[in-house]
Amino acid sequence: MAIVHDVMPVFELFQPTTVDDTLALLDTYGADAWVLAGGLDTFDWFKDRNKRRKVVVDLSGVQTLRGVKKTADGGLEIGASTTLTDVASEPLVKQNYRLLSQAAALVASPQIRNQGTLGGNVSQDTRCWYYRSGWTCYRAGGNICYADTPTAINREHAIFDANRCVAVNPSDTAPALVALDAQMVIRSSDGERVVNAQDYFIGPSTDITRMTVLQAGDLLTAIRIPATWANAEFYFEKIRERQVWDFPLVNIAAALKVEGGTIRSSRFVVNAVAAHPVRLGAVEDAVAGKPRNEETAAMAGALAVQGARPLTHNGYKIPLVRNLVKRAIRGEAQA
Amino acid sequence: MSTQEQTPQPSSSVTRRAFIKMVIASSAAVSASAYLFRGSTLVGQGSLPGAVERLMSLNVNGQLRRVDVMKQETLATTLRYKLGLTGTKLGCDRSECGACTVLIDDIPHYSCSVLTHTVRGRKIQTIEGLEQPDGTLHPVQQAILDEQGFQCAFCMSGFVMSAVGFLKTNPNPTREELAHGISGNLCRCADYDKILRAMMRGAAYMQKTTT
Repeated sequence: MAIVHDVMPVFELFQPTTVDDTLALLDTYGADAWVLAGGLDTFDWFKDRNKRRKVVVDLSGVQTLRGVKKTADGGLEIGASTTLTDVASEPLVKQNYRLLSQAAALVASPQIRNQGTLGGNVSQDTRCWYYRSGWTCYRAGGNICYADTPTAINREHAIFDANRCVAVNPSDTAPALVALDAQMVIRSSDGERVVNAQDYFIGPSTDITRMTVLQAGDLLTAIRIPATWANAEFYFEKIRERQVWDFPLVNIAAALKVEGGTIRSSRFVVNAVAAHPVRLGAVEDAVAGKPRNEETAAMAGALAVQGARPLTHNGYKIPLVRNLVKRAIRGEAQA
Repeated sequence: MSTQEQTPQPSSSVTRRAFIKMVIASSAAVSASAYLFRGSTLVGQGSLPGAVERLMSLNVNGQLRRVDVMKQETLATTLRYKLGLTGTKLGCDRSECGACTVLIDDIPHYSCSVLTHTVRGRKIQTIEGLEQPDGTLHPVQQAILDEQGFQCAFCMSGFVMSAVGFLKTNPNPTREELAHGISGNLCRCADYDKILRAMMRGAAYMQKTTT
């Protein structure tokens, strides 16, 4: 149980109204600055006194970071500060990219979706409780992983790509965006760069203290979704213990292009199984050109979990991933 | 030296009583300024874009309230401890229970997880702002009274604000839709069946009053 203190420790607050002013502030304060969007991840850290910054830069006044618009290539650009409720209910998203609206609608609780942003949901930190409780683990700059010891409680932790740290990425929208080949627009005082969603998320082998490529001075301003997967056949499922609030034990986002019962191309992405959303490239390659039937589903399911390494208490995630992939191949009607 | 001569005499302008009063007053001023300025960890931030003034006006329940708000202060803290609106409850303080739910521009938010400075200029409604000036209860409140919808009712104000916010977007919900709409609130007494029955009745009352 969290200890309830009276108020958060002191910080200096800035509320810029333009992206340029925001970047100037991030530049001035560097690693002392914390970017605040919805705040649902942020305030836990501050209230628990496990992370602190001298300066908080609040994005709520930057209007240009909100809203959904069509792009020239027929895709969409979603402002990073667009709330999850808006992403879930926005007709432009619903029409062509139902995968993303479904994912956004399954995040946490109504009030959290009313406040939490798409940019925040994909940039949030891991939920590993050893780390979040302030233990000096690898991710916190120490030299041990408390979740990977003989007595550790690690039901929610990684089965793929662990490297010293076994924490997982808890985002629901992240796998949907990876499956849709989305691109993340990042700005800093050096200019703008665009990163594929798949490369936006990083594992402990790349940097054990970060979940994304964002560094001090960077600001995620928008998420672009190309027309590539518009109106493909989608499958999203989130497995969790209670149907509100909970982060996923495993979730899956799949997009398939099917012609005459044959899978032409596909994307399969699972999350909460590694520190980044895991794209199942082997499955995508193997099902291309195969009929969409039970045999293909069984083959894809088996392939999906190859190389998975369970910890003491999270072995259940292996059949879970296998079955979710099968269900994604069968499609919503037969799942 | 002349020290002896300058020692104030009881008969001089500063009396012992006045001197003690002076000391108390000046030390009070010193400690007050320490309180007021303890937030300023950075020098010269006033010139930077987006600098924030502590003194602000909050639009709460239709009233403009002037209030001195710390940078790190949450809306729940401001409402309860600065404005005396203790109908808003603090349960978990972590966006995990819903007891602190208020409406910001008609949308339910966990006030424990909103910085007060981010709602400047927006319309805040708490449980205290639901009843009419003549004391007539909001239909949802009346329905709870009629159904006796809660046990201990610590979670009630949060549930009511969630329901009122949800009913603005979906005034005629099914029981299932309403359950989903107010799923961001927990009841430790697990009295959900009665709560939902009361809220459904509230929705029905609202239909009656609007038609």
